[in-house]
Amino acid sequence: MTTAGDGVRHLYVHLPFCAHRCGYCDFVTLVGRAADHGSYVDALLAELELQRPVLAPRLETIFLGGGTPTFTSASELARLLAALPGAEEVTVEANPETVTPGLALLLREHGVTRVSVGAQSFRSHLLAVLERRATPAAVRAAVYALRDVDFDNISLDLLYGIPGQSAADLDRDLSDALALEPEHLSCYELEAKQGTRFTHTYGNELARQGEAMEDYFERVVDRLTGAGYRWYETANFCVRPEHARGRDLRARHNLAYWRGRDYLGIGIGAVSTVRGRRWRTTPRLGRYLAALGRGQVPPRELEPLPSSVQRRERVLLGLRLDEPLVLRGLAEAVDSAALARLEELGLAERRRGEAGETVALTTRGRFLGGGVTAELLA
Amino acid sequence: MDQERIRNFSIIAHIDHGKSTLADRILELTEAVSSREMREQVLDTMDLERERGITIKAQAVRVHWKGHELNLIDTPGHVDFTYEVSRSLQACEGALLVVDAAQGIEAQTLANAYLAIENDLEIVPVVNKIDLPQADPDGTAAELADLVGESPERVLRISAKTGEGVADVLDAVVERVPAPRGEPDAPARALVFDSSYDQYRGVVAFVRVVDGSFRRRERLRAMAAGTRFEAEELGFFSPTMRPTETLGTGEVGYVITGLKDVSRLRVGDTLTSEERPAEAPLPGYKDVKPMVFAGLYPTDSDDYPELRDALEKLKLNDAALFYEPETSQALGFGFRCGFLGLLHMEIVRERLEREFDLDLLVTAPNVAYRVETPTGETIEVHSPADMPAELERIEEPYINASIIVPKEYVGSVMELCNERRGRYGSLEYLSESRVHLTYELPLAEVVVDFYDQLKSRTRGYASFDYDMAGFREADLARVDILVGGEPVDALSLIVHRADAYERGRALVERLRDEIPRQMFDVAIQAAIGSRVIARETVKARRKDVLAKCYGGDITRKRKLLEKQKAGKRRMKQVGMVEVPQEAFLAVLNLGQEPRR
Repeated sequence: MTTAGDGVRHLYVHLPFCAHRCGYCDFVTLVGRAADHGSYVDALLAELELQRPVLAPRLETIFLGGGTPTFTSASELARLLAALPGAEEVTVEANPETVTPGLALLLREHGVTRVSVGAQSFRSHLLAVLERRATPAAVRAAVYALRDVDFDNISLDLLYGIPGQSAADLDRDLSDALALEPEHLSCYELEAKQGTRFTHTYGNELARQGEAMEDYFERVVDRLTGAGYRWYETANFCVRPEHARGRDLRARHNLAYWRGRDYLGIGIGAVSTVRGRRWRTTPRLGRYLAALGRGQVPPRELEPLPSSVQRRERVLLGLRLDEPLVLRGLAEAVDSAALARLEELGLAERRRGEAGETVALTTRGRFLGGGVTAELLA
Repeated sequence: MDQERIRNFSIIAHIDHGKSTLADRILELTEAVSSREMREQVLDTMDLERERGITIKAQAVRVHWKGHELNLIDTPGHVDFTYEVSRSLQACEGALLVVDAAQGIEAQTLANAYLAIENDLEIVPVVNKIDLPQADPDGTAAELADLVGESPERVLRISAKTGEGVADVLDAVVERVPAPRGEPDAPARALVFDSSYDQYRGVVAFVRVVDGSFRRRERLRAMAAGTRFEAEELGFFSPTMRPTETLGTGEVGYVITGLKDVSRLRVGDTLTSEERPAEAPLPGYKDVKPMVFAGLYPTDSDDYPELRDALEKLKLNDAALFYEPETSQALGFGFRCGFLGLLHMEIVRERLEREFDLDLLVTAPNVAYRVETPTGETIEVHSPADMPAELERIEEPYINASIIVPKEYVGSVMELCNERRGRYGSLEYLSESRVHLTYELPLAEVVVDFYDQLKSRTRGYASFDYDMAGFREADLARVDILVGGEPVDALSLIVHRADAYERGRALVERLRDEIPRQMFDVAIQAAIGSRVIARETVKARRKDVLAKCYGGDITRKRKLLEKQKAGKRRMKQVGMVEVPQEAFLAVLNLGQEPRR
């Protein structure tokens, strides 16, 4: 869905290393492996070189995700950042305990424009349940360290629906997060993902507390929008332009996903979507390093995306945003009878604008976004 | 055969009291079947009958004993087939009344014994299973003698299992059962006491020639149905088919008609010759009408054509089965089927599932109602959905229930009958320990779970039989179930007004638990007309989002949504509400579960 011939403008770089694998995590991560950091960065840069032809000359966004990108040894991280092409937005994910003043400076000096801090919670007992290493104080210290080197676009990740989390706990977490005045907040419901250690331990409890925590999402949205944040995507909030000297603080990289743009992902387990093809690079470090060591493209799992699937994805991604979804070209993916029903239920609204017909979810529709989307897809 | 040397008889026995074993021994002893070749219980041909220990279709077998021709006519063993039993008995002059020495007389024995007495049959009382350690031959013989008005010495004591006393039974048949009366020179008349369908030869009628005789290739007529056909073949079973040229007065045999539809030659009809027809048919023909109705739906709607074909095939062999297409908005396309009774329904259902490999959804059974409309018209209603909103009066069918039970359970049985709107009839001691109770009960109260309740409240000791007692006016109400304001046709019930609230409440509560939360509040209501008698709400979901969705998650999220969408397609749509098929199943089962 990219503009033809332009090349891909969004790059994702996966840095899998972590100090510890948190119980709830199902990402591709590797604990420790300090000896591999150097060869991994070499491989990333080799892969980037191989993929260079698909990239646009000038990138809009780069996102370094993990794992814990900031756990990568400082010199290797610096080498990687220095070698990446320039981009208007460069985001790095960071765990609070890794954000020392030195690291903050390193990021700043290597062109990083935005840091996403995995705070998750400010309550010690909840951090313990999540097996996070940071303390509430460390979360604050990380943000201060970033502010000290003049980062003006900081995002905090928060989790809700943690076993044992009371409504008051959630309110205090939101207050503590807001006190740090982040430009951006991502709030996720803790999911019991299959096969994780966490689900094994807490799965039943999560299922039990489902009803009690049913309104947590509403609480999060009410609290943050009340504090001047824009609920611009299902799980994402940013300070409104009027409170940010006119800046649009939405995560541009992620917006590219939600708007169906092409993106290139490099590193183990990274996913790319380019010109109607999706692939996932092998999650196995050994194979990845070996292939790139030979100068070959690493093994991939390919997924063709016929245009019908692309249209469906445009709908399911677009409906996550607070901006109306332009229906032009997507008619086949939308069940118009279902749309009429959803309108009648006050969950969706059809409008006619300059770009033609659009559909937007109402506030209640957005709370039920999953069901609404399933209904709406033809 | 000389008419004087013919004996036509049947065996009357409760399930498991040894009818089939006795029949086997008789065949063995008369050498109709060599014991080496003998299949167990040769008269019961269908697997299902074997499993249930009951006989659905009668057959007749001819054997010879000491210069006599004995025709053993098998009778169906269950309450639903009373009419067929009565026709079979009408074809006989005598009956062996067989009672298990350990069990004593049961309700069914009693009912069939009365039928035999009504048909003026000579009854030969037989106590079976005297070899069992717990047998009480004397006590049972006394009960039996009392029932048939004989002296206890005339009661035969046998063990069909070991063969002890079976020869005496045959002697008694020859000595006590009268030879058939009937005019050999009169215009021919034969009673059709059963029929079955053979896919190659068409309808095979089992007949008892009453007057005159029939020849092969003769043109015949069924007097009640008016059906005409040629007797393609005549014969008898011994125990396999033996063709003959003629069937004479008093004889029992079969006629192959070539007819393609059993409904054109019903049990109870009279065959006569076209050439020299009888003036009047034999008495007692009745057009049996189904009394119990239920909707049958394929679980998978793609199986509808298979269900239709299967019903068509069953109907060939089961004139009493009734069906017509029915459409339910909740369950799709299916059939409203009529049955003689609950057992008949169970048999049809099992045959459909077993022989035709169909997965079925069966709605709660209901009975036939007679409704008088405001315009003075009387209509018969077979489905709650067809019950008119405006009506003058409703009549429902009643039965005369006959229950035999050990005396310590009389209280529980009376309690059950009272709960089911029963009207007490009589109480009589059959012996010191066993009581015969009669009640008049609405059939509707019996079709749901009466029999199971009766068995469970009497530890299985009660036996039960009934016959139809006609229609009576009743204070009935149609309870509709509404989901999101839309009535769900398949869940409507006709119940006594006094039970409406309780039944409606139970249904509504069960549905509330079964219907998943939707994107809006869903009201579940039970209503009589426009009056809501019970209400529950399935609260709207407040949140349904996939928390994270970034570049690496899109495929998984899309598949999740597609799965969710596919799940929705499997749901039945009631207005805007999606209801899983399981919800209907749970509620329909509720209609068949024990009530308190």
